[in-house]
Amino acid sequence: MTVHALWVINKAGGLVFSRSYSDTLPPLPLNTVLILAGTLHGVHAITSRISPGGGGGGMESFEAEGWGGRVFLTATGTKFVVLHSLPHPGLEELLLKVYEIYADAVMKNPFHTPEMPINSSLFETRLQALMIAANTA
Amino acid sequence: MSSGSKQYKAIGEDVWKRTDKVNAELFTLTYGALVVQLIKDYEDYAQVNKQLEKMGYNIGTRLIEDFLARTGLQRCSTFGETAEVVSKVAFKTFLNITPTISFPAPSTIPPAAPLTTTTTTQQQTSSSAIPLPFPSEFILVFDENPLSEFAELPRDAREGGLWFSNVLCGVIRGSLEMVSGFHFFLSDL
Repeated sequence: MTVHALWVINKAGGLVFSRSYSDTLPPLPLNTVLILAGTLHGVHAITSRISPGGGGGGMESFEAEGWGGRVFLTATGTKFVVLHSLPHPGLEELLLKVYEIYADAVMKNPFHTPEMPINSSLFETRLQALMIAANTA
Repeated sequence: MSSGSKQYKAIGEDVWKRTDKVNAELFTLTYGALVVQLIKDYEDYAQVNKQLEKMGYNIGTRLIEDFLARTGLQRCSTFGETAEVVSKVAFKTFLNITPTISFPAPSTIPPAAPLTTTTTTQQQTSSSAIPLPFPSEFILVFDENPLSEFAELPRDAREGGLWFSNVLCGVIRGSLEMVSGFHFFLSDL
């Protein structure tokens, strides 16, 4: 499995972090990525509204030819979106590790304001190490 | 409830084993120094209580992420389950204590809880006009409290109404708000 990119979307649908980890992804301007993340947030909200029986979760993954995306929604409303190649063994574990790194490096930093863009070099280096390990495995 | 309760106990103990530990004296003395400094700065116990609660709230909103990432627990379906998780998993993980839970009868409003150095009582109330499903509130009683291990409240503080461990109230409010506030957000769309 190759991880192409990771997005972190806050409760309100704003993109607070985005990084690509492979060079096969077309480079997009930041504004475009912001719009895409906002759209994804909207689609997620719609899917959770129309889920049969109500009260269900929203979209969890999407797939296209050769690649896909996984949406991991935490109980606090933050979304982690991973764009990856197919098939994707070990994706679940990867997402849990990403969440742990986020809890450690971002939320425990007393100078980080919740819901604001993430500018943490600790977060980036730890993610980088995780993604390199996943991409070379 | 009892099988779920056992399961939460096991999760709590498991996570506690994997957590990094800190010297208890350092922790207790740091908290004590913090409270005493607040009393010096504000010279008003009600204000100190408020500041402690506010601090706890800010801790809670951050700590909840760590808690969810480490335990991998899903949303609770009843408030009783929430009480179990708070006591058996959360307090076990972060303070290695398991407060006793009790549920007050739905109609009675418990009086403002007096707080002593050995026992802390906290209430979680949901404000709503419609009758709430039982239980809608729970009380946590601390048999042991690492925060106040060496603290002996002077008469002045006791009479002034200092809630020494009020930071814990804030932590619970902050963390639960982060997972329930999202509920409101969803239905707001």
